[in-house]
Amino acid sequence: MLSAVQNPRLFLIQSRFHLHFPPKSRHFHRSKVPLASQILTEPQTLFSTLPPSSEILTIRKSLLSRQRTAVEIAEEFLNRLRQTEPQIRSFLHVSENAIREAEEIDGKIERNEELGPLAGVLIGVKDNICTIDMPSTGGSRILANYQPAFDATAVKKLRDQGAIIVGKTNLDEFGMGSTTEGSGFQVTSNPWDVSRVPGGSSGGSAAAVSARQCVVALGSDTGGSVRQPASFCGVVGLKPTYGRVSRFGLMAYASSLDVIGCFGSSVADTGILLHSISGHDRLDATSSEREVPDFAAQFISENFLESKPLKGLRVGMISETLGDGVDKGVISSIRVAASHLEELGCIVTEVSLPSFSLGLPAYYILASSESSSNLSRYDGVRYGNQVAADELISLYGASRANGFGPEVKMRILMGTYALSAGYYDAYYKRAQQVRTLVQKSFKAALDENDILISPAAPSAAYKIGEKKNDPLAMYAGDIMTVNVNLAGLPALVLPCGFVEGGPTGLPVGLQMIGAAFDEGKLLKVGHIFEQTLQGCRFVPPLIADGLAC
Amino acid sequence: MPEKLHPLTEADVADGKKVVANPEYIVWRQTDRLLRGWITGTLSEEVLGLVVGLDTSAEVWQALLDAFSQESQEREFYLQQQLSLYRKGNTPLVDYIRTFKLLCDDLAAIGKLIDDRKMASICFRGIQTRPLFLYPSALFTRKNGVLFCTMKSAQAQTATHENQQPQKVSYHSQAKTLEKISHEYEAVIGIETHVQLSTLTKAFCSCPYLYGSQPNTCVCPICMGLPGALPVFNSKVIEFAVKVGLALNCNLSMNSKFDRKQYFYPDLPKGYQISQFDIPIATGGFIDLDLPMEFGGGHRRFGITRVHMEEDAGKLLHSGNESYSQEIPYSLLHLTHYYGISVDLNRAGVPLLEVVSEPDIRSGIEAAEYAAELQRLVRYLGVSNGNMQEGSLRCDVNVSVRPIGQSEFGTKVEVKNMNSFSAMNRAIDFEISRQVLLHRQGQVDQIVQETRLWEEGAQKTVTMRKKEGLADYRYFPEPDLPEVILTKEYVDNIRDTLPELPEIKRRRYEKIGLSMQDVLFLANDVNVADFFDAAVEKGADVKLAANWIMSDIAAYLKNEKLSINEIKLTPQELAELISSIKGGTISGKIGKEILFELISKGGTVKALIEEKDLVQASYIVDPAEIEKMIDKVLADNPKQLQQYRGGKTKLQGFFAGQVMKESKGKANPGLLNKILSEKLNAKS
Repeated sequence: MLSAVQNPRLFLIQSRFHLHFPPKSRHFHRSKVPLASQILTEPQTLFSTLPPSSEILTIRKSLLSRQRTAVEIAEEFLNRLRQTEPQIRSFLHVSENAIREAEEIDGKIERNEELGPLAGVLIGVKDNICTIDMPSTGGSRILANYQPAFDATAVKKLRDQGAIIVGKTNLDEFGMGSTTEGSGFQVTSNPWDVSRVPGGSSGGSAAAVSARQCVVALGSDTGGSVRQPASFCGVVGLKPTYGRVSRFGLMAYASSLDVIGCFGSSVADTGILLHSISGHDRLDATSSEREVPDFAAQFISENFLESKPLKGLRVGMISETLGDGVDKGVISSIRVAASHLEELGCIVTEVSLPSFSLGLPAYYILASSESSSNLSRYDGVRYGNQVAADELISLYGASRANGFGPEVKMRILMGTYALSAGYYDAYYKRAQQVRTLVQKSFKAALDENDILISPAAPSAAYKIGEKKNDPLAMYAGDIMTVNVNLAGLPALVLPCGFVEGGPTGLPVGLQMIGAAFDEGKLLKVGHIFEQTLQGCRFVPPLIADGLAC
Repeated sequence: MPEKLHPLTEADVADGKKVVANPEYIVWRQTDRLLRGWITGTLSEEVLGLVVGLDTSAEVWQALLDAFSQESQEREFYLQQQLSLYRKGNTPLVDYIRTFKLLCDDLAAIGKLIDDRKMASICFRGIQTRPLFLYPSALFTRKNGVLFCTMKSAQAQTATHENQQPQKVSYHSQAKTLEKISHEYEAVIGIETHVQLSTLTKAFCSCPYLYGSQPNTCVCPICMGLPGALPVFNSKVIEFAVKVGLALNCNLSMNSKFDRKQYFYPDLPKGYQISQFDIPIATGGFIDLDLPMEFGGGHRRFGITRVHMEEDAGKLLHSGNESYSQEIPYSLLHLTHYYGISVDLNRAGVPLLEVVSEPDIRSGIEAAEYAAELQRLVRYLGVSNGNMQEGSLRCDVNVSVRPIGQSEFGTKVEVKNMNSFSAMNRAIDFEISRQVLLHRQGQVDQIVQETRLWEEGAQKTVTMRKKEGLADYRYFPEPDLPEVILTKEYVDNIRDTLPELPEIKRRRYEKIGLSMQDVLFLANDVNVADFFDAAVEKGADVKLAANWIMSDIAAYLKNEKLSINEIKLTPQELAELISSIKGGTISGKIGKEILFELISKGGTVKALIEEKDLVQASYIVDPAEIEKMIDKVLADNPKQLQQYRGGKTKLQGFFAGQVMKESKGKANPGLLNKILSEKLNAKS
C-alpha cells in the first residue's frame, strides 16, 4: 500500500529546494478511515503558496498590470504545445489565429479598452463542439474537414469574453469511448505516462490541460467523458447539471445525457470557465433558465480559511463504489480524501445506492439508442464524406460504413436493436425505468447528504491497447460516472492522490456529486479541498521541469 | 355659297352675319327622329325611363348599350357559373342533359358559344360521380352529338377503350359492379391528412417558409440538420394544434410529447422526423359536414382518431424539375436518376398537423367532402391556407372493400397523389370499383397491401410500391425537446377565441331561412361568410344579400380571380344597396350597375346615386310628386285622355312617356305606372 503512494511533486521540490517536512499530528475517525491512509497525508506543507492557483486570474492580473503581454502568454503555451504535441497528440487542429487574437488583446490593453474576463486565456475545445473557424469532426472520418457554419453557444460565449480558442482536441469518435483510442484520426497519450491512455472521450482536452498546452478546456460528458479523463490526467473536471450549459453546437451523442463540461488545472479555473459558459440559451430547449451564481465569489483564499472550513458538511461516501472491481490504490486514495474532508469539518458517512449497479446497463441502452438516432444525420447527403453509389441505399450504406469507426457502428447497431419494434419495452423502456430509480436513489441520498463522493474511475490510467479488444471491460470503467448522467446531476472530479504506475505515479480523481444546479457547493468544497490538500502537486513529469520555477 | 356643310351642323355661322339653316341637317334630323321613335317604341316603360330626354337615336342607343351591355356580361357570368356548378346528382340523365343544353343555349343566345369539346367535358364532369365516365378520349372521338349520346352509347365507347387497358378490367363489368356495389359490397375508407400550418416560422427554427422560394433559401443549420444543431419548439404550433383539436371536438392531451420517427431518405435531413407517436396532442373527435345538394345532400359525421404535430420533410428535385412528394421507393432512384436529383430543404421543418380519420367514410364523394370540410375548418381557424395544389393539405387515403355483413376489414390499399377534391373523389371511386371487381372475380388475393398512385392523366390508380411487412420507425421520445404541457387556462383561452366554425355557421344559416344550396355556398368560404354576416348585421335582407353574393358578386370574383376581401365593395354598402332597391330608391337594374362600380371602384351607394343623377336618371319616389305630374299630363292632353277612356288603352304608354318627360326621366316607372293606371281607370 505504501509503495502505491508517490508524490512526484514532492520529489521534484525536494530535489530542488531540499525542504523537509515536519510531522503534524492528525485526528482520524478510525472507524471510518483505514489507517493506511495516514501515511498518504503525512508529507506536510510548507507550500502554502503552492496549491494550485487560478491560471485565469493570474493571466488577467499580469495583463492588467502589464507585466506580460497576451502574445507572450500565448507564445508560452503554444511553445509548450509544439514541444509536447508529438508525444501527446491531444490536438486534432491547432488554430492559426491564436497569436493574432493575442495581439488584438494587447491592442485593447494598449488602448485601455475593457477586457473580457477571459481575455488572453487559451482554451482547448473538444472537437465535437462546433467552431466556425476550425474544422469540427467529432473525431470521425465521416466529418473529416467538416467546418461548421456556426460556433457552439459555449464557444461563442468564450469568444465574447475574450478567450482565444487555441485548437480542437482529440476524442473518441463522437464521444463514444473511454480512451481516445476510438478517435478516427489519432490516439492521445497520457502526459503522466505516454504509454497510457488519457481516458476519454474528452482525453484530448484533459491531456492538453494536464500538459499545460492550454489554460483550460471544454469537454463533453455523456457517461463520464469529462470526469474519467480528468482523473486519469490529474486535472480538475466538472460535469455541470444537465441543462446548465447550452448543448447547441455540441454534436449530439445521447441528447438526454450530454453536457458540455470544463477542465482546468485548478478548481477556481474550472469554476470560472463554467460560469462563463453557463446560462439559458434560446437555441437549446433543454437548457435551464435558472440564474447562474458567481461561482468564483465563493472561493475563499486559503489564508482566510478557518480550521474547520467545512464544518457540518454532510458527505456521503457511496459504498458501492469502493468494493469489488475497484483498484485498491484508488480505494485508499478515496478514503484518504475522505479523511481529509473530515479534517476540514465534514461529517463523512457511507451511503448505499442500491440501484448503482443497474446504471451501467441502463446507460448503455439509453446512450446507444439515442446515438443510433442522433448519428442518422451523418449520411453523406448534405455534408461530410460521401461514397458514390449506384443506388441510394448503397450511398447511405457505403458512406456510413466507410465513415464510422467500429465502436460507433457497434453502438448504432445496439441502439437500433434496442429501439426496434418488439424490443423497445424490454430495453429502452426498462432502461428508462432504471433511470427513474437511479434518480430517486440519488435524490434520497442527497437529501441526507450535502455531497456524495466516489472515485471518478475504478482505476488509474491504463496502457494504450490494454482494453481495446475488451469493450465490456472498458464499459465497466464507466461505472463510477454513468449514474450521475442518468440523474442529470453535477459532479466535480479533482485529483486527490496517486497510485503507482508510470515514471512518477498516476493521479487518482475524487468525484464529488451534488444536487441539481448545486455546482456552487461542489466548487466551494472542491476549492477548499484542493487548497488544503497538502503536498500534492499535479503537474505531469513531462512538463514539470519547465513549470516548476 | 361656302362649301357643303356637314349634315350634323345645324346652321352655318361661318360668314358671321346670319344664320343659315343647313338643309342636310334638317333631313338627317327627320330621319334620326324616326329612328329614335322606332327604338323607343319597342322599349318597355321601365326602360323608357333610361332614354327619356335624350335627343338623338345615337344617344338613345348608347344609353341602352351602357345600361344593358353589362347585363349581358353579368348574364354570361351567371350562366357560366350555373353551367360549371351544375351536377347530375340524382336527376335523370335526360333531364340533366336537357337543362344542361338550355344553359348552353342561353349562353349562345348572348353570343357566347361554347365549343363542343368544352361542352362535352363540362357535361361529363357534371355526371362524374363514378369513374366509369372518366374516359374522355373515347368520348371526344365523336365530334357531334356528343351531348346527346345516351348512357348506353357512352358505355359502349368507353368499353372498347377500356379493353385495351392491360388490367382487362372491362368497363362494362366495372359499371355493373358499381351498380351493385351498394348492395353487395361496402367500401371502408380512412384518411390521413397532413395540414401545413401557416406559422410565420418553421416548427423548430426561426426560418420563414415561403412557398415557391428558390431551392434551399429558407434554411438554417437547424432545419438542415447540421451537426450540433438543436430544435427549439415554435409555440404557435401548439396553439394551432389546440385550435384544430378543439374544432374537431377532440380530447386534448394536457401532457404530450414529441417522438422521433426514424427512416433514411435524402429529403429528411436529420434521419428522423420529429413527430408525436403514442401521445398525440388530440384524440377521439369528430367532424360534421353536409354533402352537396348535387350529390343528394345529407349530413354526415365522421370520427377523428387523432391529431398530432410533426415536421415536414424537404423535397427531392429531379433533373426534369419535377418535384415528387415525400416517398419514392429506393429502387426508383437508380443511378441515372440519382445523379439528377438534388434536395430542396425549404420545406424541411415546416410544421404539419396530421389528422387521422376513423374508417367511417364509405365513398369517394364522402371522402372528398371530408377533406373539403377539413380545409374549410383550417381556413376558418386561420391555421393553414389549406391549399391542395401547393401541398398545404395532403390526403393519403386508405381504401378497403368488404362484402356487406362482414365485420372484418378487407385488405387496405393506400392511395396517394390526389391534388384536388374531385381527384380524390374519382381516385377513390376508381379504387373501390377496382377492388370490388377483384372481389367479384374471386381474386381477392390480388388485393394486396400497397401504396397506389392516382394518375390524373390516365384517371386510374397504379402500384407505387408494395409494403413488405410493417416499416419499423423505431419511435422513441425526442430528448431534445421538453414535454408539451397544456394548462386549463391556456386551452380555455383558445376555446374562448375560436371563431364560429363551418358546421355551426351552416346550422345558423339554415335557421335564418336560407336554402341548403345557399347555406353551403355561403359557408364554404370563411371570407364570403364573414362578408355575408357583416352585410346582414348592417341590416341587409338575408335572402337578398345571399342572392347578390352568390350571383353577381361571385361571378365577378370568379371572373377576376379575386377573393371577396379584395374587392372595394363593403358589406355596409351592399346592405345599403339592397335596402335602396328594396325601398324603391333605385331599380334592380340600376342597382346592379352601381354594384359593379362599387366592386371595382369603391365609394358609397349614396354618393354614386347622386353622382349618377347628373348624367342619368335617379327616380323620384315620392308618390305625391308623381301624382302631381300625372295630373298635369292628363290635364294637358285631354284629347288623348278621352281616346284612352274610349278604349284606346294602348295610350297608357303615351301618358307614361309624357310623365317621364315631365319628370325629366326621374319618375319611378313602377310607381308611375301604378298611379297612372289608377288615375286613368279611376275616372272611367
